[in-house]
Amino acid sequence: MQLDSKVPGGPLEEKWDKHRFELKLVNPANKRKFEVIVVGTGLAGASAAASLAELGYKVKVFCIQDTPRRAHSIAAQGGINAAKNYPGDGDSIWRLFYDTVKGGDFRAREANVYRLAQISNHIIDQCVAQGVPFAREYGGLLANRSFGGAQVSRTFYARGQTGQQLLIGAYSALMRQAASGRLEIFPRREMMDLVTKEGRARGIVVRNLISGRLESYSAHAVILATGGYGNAYFLSTNGMSSNVSAIWRAHKRGALFANPSFVQIHPTCIPVHGEYQSKLTLMSESLRNDARVWVPKKKGDSRPPGEIPESERDYYLERRYPSFGNLVPRDVASRNAKQQCDEGRGVGPTGYAVYLDLRDAIERDGSDVIKKKYGNLFQMYERITGEDPYNTPMMIYPAVHYVMGGLWVDYNLMSTIPGLFVLGEANFSDHGSNRLGASALMQGLADGYFIIPYTLGGYLAGTEFASLDENDSAFRDSVNSASEDIKRLLSIDGKRTVDDFHRKLGKILWERCGMARDQAGMLEAKGIIPELREEFWENVTIPGSSGELNQTLERAIRVADFLEFGELLVEDALSREESCGCHFNVACQTEDHEALRNDETGCYVSAWEFRGVGKTPVLHKEPLSFEFVELTQRSYK
Amino acid sequence: MSETINLTLKVWRQKGPEEKGGIRTYEARDISTDMSFLEMIDVVNERLVLEGIEPIAFDHDCREGICGMCGAVVNGIAHGPQKGTTLCQLHMRHFQDGDTIVIEPFRARAFRLIKDLVVDRSAFDKIIQAGGYVSVNTGQAQEANTIPIAPDKVELAMDAAACIGCGACVAACPNASAMLFTGTKISHLALLPQGKAEASARALSMLKTMDEMGFGNCSNETECEAVCPKEISITNIARFNREFLKAAIVSSEK
Repeated sequence: MQLDSKVPGGPLEEKWDKHRFELKLVNPANKRKFEVIVVGTGLAGASAAASLAELGYKVKVFCIQDTPRRAHSIAAQGGINAAKNYPGDGDSIWRLFYDTVKGGDFRAREANVYRLAQISNHIIDQCVAQGVPFAREYGGLLANRSFGGAQVSRTFYARGQTGQQLLIGAYSALMRQAASGRLEIFPRREMMDLVTKEGRARGIVVRNLISGRLESYSAHAVILATGGYGNAYFLSTNGMSSNVSAIWRAHKRGALFANPSFVQIHPTCIPVHGEYQSKLTLMSESLRNDARVWVPKKKGDSRPPGEIPESERDYYLERRYPSFGNLVPRDVASRNAKQQCDEGRGVGPTGYAVYLDLRDAIERDGSDVIKKKYGNLFQMYERITGEDPYNTPMMIYPAVHYVMGGLWVDYNLMSTIPGLFVLGEANFSDHGSNRLGASALMQGLADGYFIIPYTLGGYLAGTEFASLDENDSAFRDSVNSASEDIKRLLSIDGKRTVDDFHRKLGKILWERCGMARDQAGMLEAKGIIPELREEFWENVTIPGSSGELNQTLERAIRVADFLEFGELLVEDALSREESCGCHFNVACQTEDHEALRNDETGCYVSAWEFRGVGKTPVLHKEPLSFEFVELTQRSYK
Repeated sequence: MSETINLTLKVWRQKGPEEKGGIRTYEARDISTDMSFLEMIDVVNERLVLEGIEPIAFDHDCREGICGMCGAVVNGIAHGPQKGTTLCQLHMRHFQDGDTIVIEPFRARAFRLIKDLVVDRSAFDKIIQAGGYVSVNTGQAQEANTIPIAPDKVELAMDAAACIGCGACVAACPNASAMLFTGTKISHLALLPQGKAEASARALSMLKTMDEMGFGNCSNETECEAVCPKEISITNIARFNREFLKAAIVSSEK
């Protein structure tokens, strides 16, 4: 299979303009004849659905939660990047582009990233016009702050709730379109299958989570904006219902899956405290602007932090990376925390935590200033841990947070199935092998507000569509097969719970395909995941029936997909014989234990083709060429 | 440090909207005080599943207090005893060994019960559809710094916009009124220049929809403010009333 990224020719700055001009247009009067399905209502899905309905398309929107406003974009804390250069500190579209390509360790497509940087400014304009209450300076103009991995202040924020405010903006646009009748919302639905006809994506089958019924919906194009699959690891900062199922099922229908092993492990999360733990909570990395990360110099030092004198503390990030210090990119910060703990200098009851200390900032700025900046984070920390961060340093440890991998898409955000578009975290995205802070919100909204409205039109205008409705045999087949799977799950009546299997899978992936990956561990994981999957299908127990709200069944369906997908994640990690960004292959490191890329063989996007459950998938490679930036070894020293 | 406690749960179980519901009693054993309330229910549910009993259905998602999906009435208080805290952020260290905890769904005429602790809050979406937005299409926006907005105004707007739409305010109100929920959206947008153009139409339309959805009127009980997990002030209701009055006096569509 030849992967065509469809990146337009010409100078980098002109590609997107040129491409938009060349895309065919749908006549305004014809737009209402086209039906579009959007699955997922986070930043990418909600912004896409609202914008498409505004243009006049007939849009159907689906989400798992009871209302679109609860999608997990809502939990993003820190901010959203844009190249406005309001502070006049040297930012530009080019710098945002460059930082993003470099931060992603040179594993993203230049043209896509440049477009993202170009669009970033329009996003801020749009959100402000919607009434998003971004923080402002005393004069009433927009405030910016610097954020993990950047040396300019380009991050816009709304307290520690930027994702919430941006999502409410997109959600309100969505509600406005719902009121207009151009858009219909289907909450509490979970996608079970993608329906194709003559090779094109033409609809979906969903499970109504309240009635349990399988419902069919046809359309001229399908947009998946279903978020990331970090919950494959069981414990992550994702929402409980975040899953891989929608994109996995599209993958099984022919969409290639790109870079599945690129999983971002966020450095500043509240550490795990027990077996029963259901999720992990992020402490925004904006804290790293003021906090200092340290561990005791002595191994196994169990004194309370206040009793450890300055001379016996190791501020290891400042020591190792004098120019970036505590602001090194996420992958670097995470690996260093793991290394300190693995070497026995970790703190807290489990030894798997490091200190994130605001003592010096509180002394310097006063606790009022710090409270204004981080008060809500401190409150959240105190609720969860019962400790007061004003008096004692916070304890943090890395946790699975975001996935750069996802379905492969071309420059138009179309997957390898014509008519299937993938936006936001669900696609393999513009972040290469490591995403910089405050870039996910930017990408989700760029995809939804400013890219898909153009590229979808180009596809619809240039395509002849066969007539199709929900009675077509393609829908019946999908409904039958989903219904069979559900029956089979309910009939197993085994001895282990769904969460029990999920936890096991998570542990396998975390230990063998997490922050540091070695050949032996990955091979081991590749062997035991299929065994676990087999046991799941023989020994899981799910009470209740399929014809009602059955939350255990919902989870079982998702875990069944994670158990198939987990194998691909490991396969991908094994196949990449280098370290890059989040993918740290212990065989490939510099003398200083930094990730060592292999640009001779590693400059590619992996794109996997499904060949059947338990069968070896086929690896296709999209070569990445760098015309505009020079490939360098990242250095944050 | 964490310790473990034993609790008795009295939980509202109801198979479906049309079926009769009732309180069932379950023992929650060896609960770590570091657990969140929902993790405690997870533990009880794991045991129920292994015993072949249908687990307690409850809504939840982000488990970090921001998505607004979780919520139940715990010992008579929406989201439980800790002020300014969603149920998912309530931790078991606030309970004592041997406690009995009564858990019921959010009840209101406008919130139809679906199953156990799960209720239908889609009426909130309908209220937002009635005008909880600024009418700006994608691409129509002007340069973001064109209109300066005083930071204290933005702070007030942000206080209102922090609403997570959980419905605790409705559940706590003796009239099951949605004035605080609706008031936050009216306030958020009326405080900002972007929202001014539509302020009158918005106030009239959202209030009308609120009534149509079956929410009651406000009689200043202030129970909503007391249970709001985001500690949103009832001054937002005052602002709503002001906006409504302004609109009702000058509007042509009385």
